[in-house]
Amino acid sequence: MIKNTTTRFGLLSRSIHWLSALLVLSLFAVGLWMQGLDYYHDWYRTAPDLHRSFGIVLMLLTLTRLIWYRFSPKPKPLSGHSRIERIVSVAVHHTLMLLLFVMFISGYLITTAKGDPLYFFNIFGIPSTVNGIANLEDIAGDIHKYVAFFIIGLVVLHVAGALKHHFIDKDFTLKRMLGFDKNA
Amino acid sequence: MLQPMLDTVSNRSKKWLAACALSAAGVMATPAVSADDYVIDTRGAHAFIQFRIKHLGYSWLYGRFNEFEGGFTYDEKDPSKNKISVDIDVDSIDSMHAERDKHLRGKKFLDTDAFPKAKFVSTEYVPTGDKTADLKGNFTLHGVTKPITIQIEHIGGGKDPWGGYRNGFEGKLTIKPADYGLELTKSLGPSASEVELFLSVEGVRKK
Repeated sequence: MIKNTTTRFGLLSRSIHWLSALLVLSLFAVGLWMQGLDYYHDWYRTAPDLHRSFGIVLMLLTLTRLIWYRFSPKPKPLSGHSRIERIVSVAVHHTLMLLLFVMFISGYLITTAKGDPLYFFNIFGIPSTVNGIANLEDIAGDIHKYVAFFIIGLVVLHVAGALKHHFIDKDFTLKRMLGFDKNA
Repeated sequence: MLQPMLDTVSNRSKKWLAACALSAAGVMATPAVSADDYVIDTRGAHAFIQFRIKHLGYSWLYGRFNEFEGGFTYDEKDPSKNKISVDIDVDSIDSMHAERDKHLRGKKFLDTDAFPKAKFVSTEYVPTGDKTADLKGNFTLHGVTKPITIQIEHIGGGKDPWGGYRNGFEGKLTIKPADYGLELTKSLGPSASEVELFLSVEGVRKK
């Protein structure tokens, strides 16, 4: 079952979700780690190259996710979820999506601020569009850094919510994203 | 309408008279008016502060500072009066690679948040030849001020095509970043122990 139903997350949505989770956490970790690398370190050039390329992968994945929801809407919230839970979860999800795009744009601007293209796995270069703004790479860099930490904060909130539903409320919220079917 | 024009004419004739008087006085008297102050023509981008540093010891990497301003005094008859002062926005460092410039502005390198300005103020102009001189002065970078000597060459000077008067110089010097608390060799290797600076300035005489 690729498509979502009203009660169940389909394979595509679940794959995108868990792949995005993996990418967000790895990009954050690598992003922090690579800044401290010594100039002569083996990964000094490779780590940023991969960070940029996998950032583009996450962007494509996120675009796919948003487009896919148009064709295959999300399942409905579980009946046990309170009104406030629904509002908070929607707010966290929407903010996460929005901030991911802030990360894509700011990351792209750090690299391309002075006209350099951003290379995707050395396959092709995405050309620079906005440049000529003084210190654009620094402004974009600050945004990229602070928003990254904010996203991780939201991820913690998101995970805390999932665990609360699983262990305290003992409902189906987390299992549903793991592919379990309540009716099975 | 007419009054300002008449003023201009009378001002001009006064200047002309003054000029005649001065030429009559000849070399006997040097004019007290200081007509030798120049503004560095950064606005017209006829001034450059460039640097180069070795990359891995294998090649030269060039960069520049895009924003700076300053002025100088150039007295063709009395070089002891020559002086210059330049303020550089270190923030404007440009090595034609955004990610590198971001690093260079960061805490590990120039730390431009803490030290946004560099400055050079000359203290002494010592002619070494017909068109060359040693320009001594104090250079502030990364919050550290050190005496330096810039070897300069007078490139040329005279009337420009737009009613102004210009003089231009080029200068070069080598600094050790470590003198300014910039331990570049720790991260970039031994070949980064020296940075060469090139200054090319054209000044427009103040009216």
